[in-house]
Amino acid sequence: MNQARIESAGASTGSLKSYLTGFILAIVLTLIPFALVMSGVVSPAAALAGIFIAAIVQILVHLHYFLHLDTSSEARWNLMAALFTLLILALFVGGTLWIMYNLRFRMG
Amino acid sequence: MDFNVLGKLSLSAIPYDKPIVITAVSGATLLALVILGLITYYRKWTYLYKEWLTSLDHKRIGIMYIILALVMLLRGFSDAILMRSQQSLAVDTMPGILGAAHGYLPPQHFDQIFSAHGTIMIIFMAMPFLIGLMNIAMPQQIGARDVAFPFMNAVSLWMTTAAALLVMISLGVGEFSKAGWSGYTPLSEKQFSPGTGVDYWIWAFQIAGAASLMTGINFLTTIIKMRAPGMKFMRMPLFVWTTLFTNVLMIWAFPVITVTTGLLALDRYLGMHFFTNTMGGDMTMYVNLFWIWGHPEVYILILPAFGIYSEVVATFSGKRLFGYTSLVLATAVIMILSFSVWLHHFFTMGASPSVNLFFSIATMMIAIPTGVKIFNWLFTMYRGRIRFTTPMYWTLGFITAFSIGGATGVLLSLPPADFVLHNSLFLIAHFHNVLIPGALFGFFAGYYYWFPKATGFRLKESWGKLAFWCWMIGFYLAFIPLYVLGFMGMPRRMEHYANPDWQPYLIIAAGGTAVILLGIILQGVQLVVSIKERDSLRDLTGDPWDGRTLEWATASPPAEYNFAKIPVVRAIDAFTDMKEQGTAYQRPDRYEDIELPKNAPHGFIIGLLSFVLGFALVWYIWWLAILSFLSLIATVIARSLDDDTHHIISAEEVERIENERYEQLASAAQRRPAGEEPFPELVPEV
Amino acid sequence: MTTEVSAIDSVPTEEFEHHDAVEIQIFGFWVYLMSDLILFSALFATFAVVRNNYAGGPTPKELFDLRYLFGETMFLLFSSAACGFTMLAVHGDRKKLALVWLAITFLLGLGFVLMEINEFHGMVLDGSGPQRSAFLSAFFTLVGTHGTHVTFGLIWMAVMIGQVIVKGLTTPVRSRLMRLSMFWHFLDVVWIGIFTIVYMMGVI
Repeated sequence: MNQARIESAGASTGSLKSYLTGFILAIVLTLIPFALVMSGVVSPAAALAGIFIAAIVQILVHLHYFLHLDTSSEARWNLMAALFTLLILALFVGGTLWIMYNLRFRMG
Repeated sequence: MDFNVLGKLSLSAIPYDKPIVITAVSGATLLALVILGLITYYRKWTYLYKEWLTSLDHKRIGIMYIILALVMLLRGFSDAILMRSQQSLAVDTMPGILGAAHGYLPPQHFDQIFSAHGTIMIIFMAMPFLIGLMNIAMPQQIGARDVAFPFMNAVSLWMTTAAALLVMISLGVGEFSKAGWSGYTPLSEKQFSPGTGVDYWIWAFQIAGAASLMTGINFLTTIIKMRAPGMKFMRMPLFVWTTLFTNVLMIWAFPVITVTTGLLALDRYLGMHFFTNTMGGDMTMYVNLFWIWGHPEVYILILPAFGIYSEVVATFSGKRLFGYTSLVLATAVIMILSFSVWLHHFFTMGASPSVNLFFSIATMMIAIPTGVKIFNWLFTMYRGRIRFTTPMYWTLGFITAFSIGGATGVLLSLPPADFVLHNSLFLIAHFHNVLIPGALFGFFAGYYYWFPKATGFRLKESWGKLAFWCWMIGFYLAFIPLYVLGFMGMPRRMEHYANPDWQPYLIIAAGGTAVILLGIILQGVQLVVSIKERDSLRDLTGDPWDGRTLEWATASPPAEYNFAKIPVVRAIDAFTDMKEQGTAYQRPDRYEDIELPKNAPHGFIIGLLSFVLGFALVWYIWWLAILSFLSLIATVIARSLDDDTHHIISAEEVERIENERYEQLASAAQRRPAGEEPFPELVPEV
Repeated sequence: MTTEVSAIDSVPTEEFEHHDAVEIQIFGFWVYLMSDLILFSALFATFAVVRNNYAGGPTPKELFDLRYLFGETMFLLFSSAACGFTMLAVHGDRKKLALVWLAITFLLGLGFVLMEINEFHGMVLDGSGPQRSAFLSAFFTLVGTHGTHVTFGLIWMAVMIGQVIVKGLTTPVRSRLMRLSMFWHFLDVVWIGIFTIVYMMGVI
């Protein structure tokens, strides 16, 4: 089978090391938010910040180690599509929250 | 719980007691039977199945999309005739006829008509039209043999057709939605629309929406990954750029309408509370979600038309497009901005001035790149050798009329003005002003422009020009009065009204509709006459207009594989460049085997099953819904198990086809007297 | 934005005649995943708007069990890892190993789905079903849509196990497995959003 062909097919393949690294990081980044919330040792605001940061970092871990997203030329278009999606997502979700909370405040 | 094998369906679903409806249904059914009968009589079923229903060829799929669009144009326009005639008669000072209190249509019927009109024209006329044109032209323009996913292309076509059929069948079995093409809650909730109408609307949207999403993925991938060597992005034809941006809009916007109508379905079918007016539901959230999709959707409708105008203006001015880079950038800006303006559809819903202001400014900004494009087209024409062909007529009509529509859009983008004009006929006039001379004229221009490429013969110019004038005059007659009526305070969607001052304008508008009807009839005549006289209208060279882009390098109609040898591109206006270099019709040293997808019935079957699924869901026939859904999955799995999905056209066969083409080219050259230009101006036929 | 097509004149025609089908399929599928992300973001946005509309009914603090959530999360995360090991085996041409890991991926994913069905079932029996309030409608729909995606993934996985057994690791089969693994990882990414925004934010 043409291994080289598949590797240049726009989705690079991982190695054992990268999958294991990603996996361990993901577990740690899952344990942290669960611990923060379930233990109750930090204030709600801090816990909120903590779980969001952990979520964003874990998502980046998944995108890089499992979905092979990086700045290499094979992943270039995938990265662009992902960044564009992030932009649109922010627009849609942010816009919705702004509009709907504004409406709720003014229209009851 | 009772199990009824037919769900809610019973004979009472057929509206025996509504004469107008029954007449329409009988007429449509009769017409369908006649067509089916003719196909049977001429023994064309095998041909139809083998060459069309199972085809994965983008050129065939494109033609079928356009046929769907034209049929649905007739249906949507019939709704328009009904509405205009009703409103011209339905002033309160006049008695109604045919049992109606006002005009001749009872409100329940009128409401279905305007709901169907919008749904059909946007989703089942405009979308198939533009997707059909993109299908035919785009792969050839980038020097490709097909789209990225030919099978998925067929699935999209047949699912769209299935959804259109759902809307059509709602006329005779049950009823259609009365909640407008936008289906606002709470009217569209079960409590206020208990019948089948909104459900037909929901499933038509869901099925067509999924099909459009697949098309978006398909065409985007095609453009990014399958351009011919040398076809850098900044060498692509403008129509390919607009196709690219249109498909970006489709991919990133359609999931939202899937969610929106899906949540409404959950409210209706499972008693959830997304948009209900109790139990924590938020009715205004529907409006927000709907327009997050809705605004990009209207840009999906207009961008392909802009691309067509670019091609037509350059070709028929005999000049390269002026300001190519600024045209590309302007379109990109329009695309991105169109994701950020959606609240301008509900300025009056109660958001604060700062919220309204943000979206107002974003909306006004879109006018700027649009203006850039208009100037670029004008500068392209300036000092060009203009040929006034039918596509050019549609383009010139567009430039003048669309500018008015755009300007009224900027007016509406001001919240204080919009507070007065929202949901008035001014709004209706505005969006028809941008959709008809904007989008529809563009699609007509594309239809005339690429007709010879798709079929092998041109349409007769004379009929086309007459039809254009009917559309142009008819459009102004039908919609300028609506601007006036908007200023006079008339709201939209009125089945009757008290103010007699409005009636004269509505009568003029109805007159305009009659003129447009004449235009449509003339287009029909043109088609019939052109088919009959096709031998004298043959496009023997594949390049009837002295075109500038690669699709004109192929035969008309092209061989299944489009290009025997994928061209190598060296400049913008690749075909003009090839003609200047003398490489346009160069025979390759040798031919290669070409691998293409085989025909397959699965796309058609998936369409059919989608229709059954939609129908079953509308009528609560759960066993049928489950069965058709599982069958859908089974069909997809069956297709994936098939390893024999391609066929090879041997090099010898390619050579034979190409030799035939070269002979045809030679005979076309011989027909021209010596000394004459290679591609003479089109002289209007008598 | 320009993309150079390398060495137009020196590469023989055949190379360009045959666009890499796998590359095209992978990119197309990635684009589909992006559209799915928008689908989920619309559901997230909806949830965010009505998340406090309890209509006098149950609230997150009353409903959510974070230990149970941890169990679900681990099932899905381990399944994702197993999926990664599956692809390592596939690219290493090791059919039997790939089948083993694929089966493990499947079982762990199935564990997640069963836990979620159990969770939903309990809530419905308690009168905390999706009809109770807008909050619950949004909860069931967002989390349920994710669960439905996972279920379709499992069906796809089962079909692929069959295809690997019958056809072996042919190019089309590999390409499908690559797309399935992209789908699977993507679903774990969405789950991170769900457990953070729906569950944890609800009980903080």
